[in-house]
Amino acid sequence: MIFKYQVDAAAPELAGRASTEFKSVLKQLGVNAKIIRKISIAMYEGEINMVIHANGGEITCTVDEKQIEVVMADSGPGIPDLDLAMTAGWSTASQEARELGFGAGMGMPNMKRFSDEMDVKTKVGVGTTLTLRFNL
Amino acid sequence: MKVSEIQAVLGAKIFNEVDEELEVDYGYSCDLMSDVLAFVQNNDVLLTGTVNPQVVRTCQMVDIRVIVFVRAKEPSAEIIEQATDAGILLMGTHHSMYSASALLYEAGLPGEEIENDF
Repeated sequence: MIFKYQVDAAAPELAGRASTEFKSVLKQLGVNAKIIRKISIAMYEGEINMVIHANGGEITCTVDEKQIEVVMADSGPGIPDLDLAMTAGWSTASQEARELGFGAGMGMPNMKRFSDEMDVKTKVGVGTTLTLRFNL
Repeated sequence: MKVSEIQAVLGAKIFNEVDEELEVDYGYSCDLMSDVLAFVQNNDVLLTGTVNPQVVRTCQMVDIRVIVFVRAKEPSAEIIEQATDAGILLMGTHHSMYSASALLYEAGLPGEEIENDF
């Protein structure tokens, strides 16, 4: 099963809507609550990043018997130094994002921590595609 | 701890209604939503001075059902509606985050223990 969500950066107050909707889907599918929680947290962090750093994008969630894959693709500025971005506490978030309670430099580490597999493809000026996989 | 006890301990105002009487096992005080996402593992009440729709979204992700806004901060009508739809109870207290946390702890509500393994 494939579920697609558009993430609109022009409406930051709606950030998290895709993650909320996919969480409902997972509940309806009867996925284990602990796994749902991990997916929700990681996907929400990714969705927030798409809004505050990358002008939005598209999230594609694929559910099969063994795993759930969440692919978050944007055509934002890209990540110049991925190792730095993966460091807890490092952030380039704006003051606006910080006022929302983000920009603490925990987004990428949280995504890695809560997923079973994380893959980041990024190119400066082109965009970032982040893939998270969760074992069922 | 029942919501009614939290309300009494903090002299709190309740901003919306949810279907059931909620009860929490731990408290967590934080203004950073990424930290809430990283560290909350249990059935907590969140004490925060951050007031925006992302606070409710964050709580939806980690299954927090009770939020207390400290320092007399008030949520907008939009935030109240969003929380009600999500089954999340919103409360407000004039106490600072430190004092509100201390009062709840003293009343017997333990803090969420952090497992920081970064």
